[in-house]
Amino acid sequence: MMNEKYYDVIVVGGGPAGLAAALSAAENGAEKILILERDNDIGGILNQCVHNGFGLHYFKEALTGPEYAGRFAELVKAHDNIEICCDTMVLNISADRHVSCVSSKNGYQVFRAGAIVLAMGCRERTRGAIAIPGDRPSGVITAGTAQRYVNISGYLPGKKVVILGSGDIGLIMARRLTLEGAKVLACVELAPHCNGLARNIVQCLDDFGIPLYLSHTVTNIVGKDRLEKVCISKVDGYTPIPGTEFEIECDTLLLSVGLIPENELTRNAGVGIDGRTNGAYVYENMETDTAGIFACGNVVHVHDLVDYVTVESMKAGASAAKFALGNKADGNAISISNGNGVNYTVPQRVRLENVDKALEVFFRTNKVRGKSLIKVTSGDKEIITFKREHMAPGEMEKLIIPAKMLAGVTDTIKIEVEDQA
Amino acid sequence: MKHYDVLIIGCGVTGAATAYYLSKNQLSVGVVEGCNDIGCGATKANSAILHAGYDPEPGTLCARLNIEGIKLAKEICEKLSVLRRELPSLVLAFTEKDMELVHKLYEQGIENGVPGIRVLNNAETLEAEPMVNPEVLGALYAPSAIVDPWEYTCAMAETAVRNGAEVNLSCKVTAIEEKDGVYTVRTTGGDFTASYLVNAAGSYASEIAAMVGDHSFTPLHRCGQYYVLDKSEGARVNTVVFRCPDENGKGVLVSPTTHGNLIVGPDAYIVKDGKTVGTVAETLHKLKPSGKKSVPSIDFSKTIHEYAGVRPIAEDSDFIIRPSEQSAHLIHLAGIKSPGLSAAPAIALEGIKILCEQGLTLTPKENVIDERKVIRFKRLNEEEKAAVVKENPLYGQIVCRCETVTEGEIIDAIHRPIVPRSIDGIKRRTSAGIGRCQGGFCSTRVHEILARELGVSPLDITLGDDGSYILTGETKEVR
Repeated sequence: MMNEKYYDVIVVGGGPAGLAAALSAAENGAEKILILERDNDIGGILNQCVHNGFGLHYFKEALTGPEYAGRFAELVKAHDNIEICCDTMVLNISADRHVSCVSSKNGYQVFRAGAIVLAMGCRERTRGAIAIPGDRPSGVITAGTAQRYVNISGYLPGKKVVILGSGDIGLIMARRLTLEGAKVLACVELAPHCNGLARNIVQCLDDFGIPLYLSHTVTNIVGKDRLEKVCISKVDGYTPIPGTEFEIECDTLLLSVGLIPENELTRNAGVGIDGRTNGAYVYENMETDTAGIFACGNVVHVHDLVDYVTVESMKAGASAAKFALGNKADGNAISISNGNGVNYTVPQRVRLENVDKALEVFFRTNKVRGKSLIKVTSGDKEIITFKREHMAPGEMEKLIIPAKMLAGVTDTIKIEVEDQA
Repeated sequence: MKHYDVLIIGCGVTGAATAYYLSKNQLSVGVVEGCNDIGCGATKANSAILHAGYDPEPGTLCARLNIEGIKLAKEICEKLSVLRRELPSLVLAFTEKDMELVHKLYEQGIENGVPGIRVLNNAETLEAEPMVNPEVLGALYAPSAIVDPWEYTCAMAETAVRNGAEVNLSCKVTAIEEKDGVYTVRTTGGDFTASYLVNAAGSYASEIAAMVGDHSFTPLHRCGQYYVLDKSEGARVNTVVFRCPDENGKGVLVSPTTHGNLIVGPDAYIVKDGKTVGTVAETLHKLKPSGKKSVPSIDFSKTIHEYAGVRPIAEDSDFIIRPSEQSAHLIHLAGIKSPGLSAAPAIALEGIKILCEQGLTLTPKENVIDERKVIRFKRLNEEEKAAVVKENPLYGQIVCRCETVTEGEIIDAIHRPIVPRSIDGIKRRTSAGIGRCQGGFCSTRVHEILARELGVSPLDITLGDDGSYILTGETKEVR
């Protein structure tokens, strides 16, 4: 028989989401909290993000990734209620909240939890997922892998670099590799707009004179053993336009073509997954459709700023603590639907009884927009509107809807975007 | 100069099987392989199916050796703990003409001696595989199996080495000289002499033949592309689903893999040589409608990888298994197209029979090793997992998250008889990096472990074959 030690809250993942969730659970009364982290230290991917710009919202100052993670790590490590197991891989989570995991130090273990917080983060989309044709030489790697080689291992993955995709990690790596002496020749983006933050386009590409090719993609990879060159075409939508091809000689192609929440454990536990976010469906308190299992951070939806991850995860941790202590949230669930211009929302469902002061909704729009009006409605009733000067898919929108405006709402809540002339 | 009684050129599945059987005898057996790892040609990129044997024309070597080969494969996989799974194959018919072909294949199957083969109607087909297109008219049913072709090759090569054979990697043959009944084989990794040569060089077999002045065959190189889908699609079918064959081969198939993924492919087109294994945009995406015609519910958004493989096709379309007319102690095992993987051990035995006819004497060794143990952490039950970590804590350290591969498994793979020197070498041996993140997380860790265990700089580790370097230098002098 396996030992089945009990914890009030088990947090799966010790990145920024897991750390904030664990702290918040402790602050909200959970007495025994366990963080299970697969890497050899807590902090998650922030540990390899040595650039600054983290914490502008939450701490009102610009921190590096390790600094941002460090502030939470210190608090977590100092907290008597929180136990941390690093180098520990969770192998399975069950809907009745048993967590099995393995580590060199403690072997194979099964724990029982009052509540579980899923905080596994996300992984990078790969060459295979987007089916870039051509040879299979070395030198084609994801931006995050390159980041680890440069910032953790201390090695350069190449000298002449093309970046496919304008996600933030790709932009950050364009600057990083340039500073390390590599030549970044181009950033190529399929969409007609950049997918990264506006500040990263300026600080990582423009400031270094790196050309950005919008509405372009890599159509062929050439190289016997090591990458020799890539072929690039302009695209009409997703389709390369014949006659627009050109080649760039390079030894490295970095891929920054999107992030995918890592929800294999979530799926195996039977938790419902939203096809739009690739993360679990969540309620206003970050509870999934499986009672007692909560989720936060990039495993729910890919965030633009870690500051928002922290805030969201604080909520998840507090909710998990409440659940573990016997305060189960219930009430009628109302769906939040995506109207025009809205790609997804988090949460996707709300139980108004549990909304304290305000309902916070994150969403992303589907294209770059100027002056826009965001309308929140339910049936014929207009709940609230918000104005924006500028919106872009690379940046999350956050709506704060006061609870009093939601009084009496029983129908699906719709969020849509209208362009203002 | 090292001398072997028999030197096998090429360590794909055919060469490995030959080494496996020969090494059970009192002989010195050598293998030279041009790449830095075994099984890097047609062996690593194919459909991974042990075909039932209805496809080859009756009376051909292909037909006989296919049937014999799959029986031997079953035995070898059991002994050497190679991943192999038995499951039925279906050849779907969507038109009356297809149905005629199905009947023809059935007749061929009976003549070739395929056990358990039968023709199904629409209802029976849907019962055998509920996920196939309900428009199907009927199908040919035959028991078959899937295998991990790379592990199969590795298991045989490894066992050969444990029985005394020597596998010399990164030894690309550049010239062969024959004098007084002894061959001198010059390679990029040193020269060897041998009394007998086995030409198992796959796509390069005609080049090897030409080195002794034998120009008797010039195979074409046929390439086929595949999609690999995530494990979430792996249980989409529980059969190997073929379409009716045409002049381009067996047609696009849909099949689970032994690792639990789904593959869809191949197409077929002629390329200039065995190295031309790039995927092609114009044709790759055409696999999707073909696959969906057979199994409409395939979700291609779950694609994690694409690959292409090349196999040589001889002009008369049968395997070329015979002594060279120019040099009788050189035995060709050439033109090994499909069903080469299925037939491999039978091809090897056929080759060995010819070696004996040419004068080689076989005396069985005593105390031959014919077993192999591998720990696959993911496949253990809870108690076994607990026990294996207790015994060696490195089996508790997960390196590849997607495939749950432990540091213990990676270190074991590095210290087995055939030493991998590349990230892909570890991938093929342990599955680390074959999953949905395609090594995004684990490749840097595997890289560190490989450099550490081999005692080399991380700068010396390649992705695949020699020359596929990963790092160009250090970022900073002081670390």
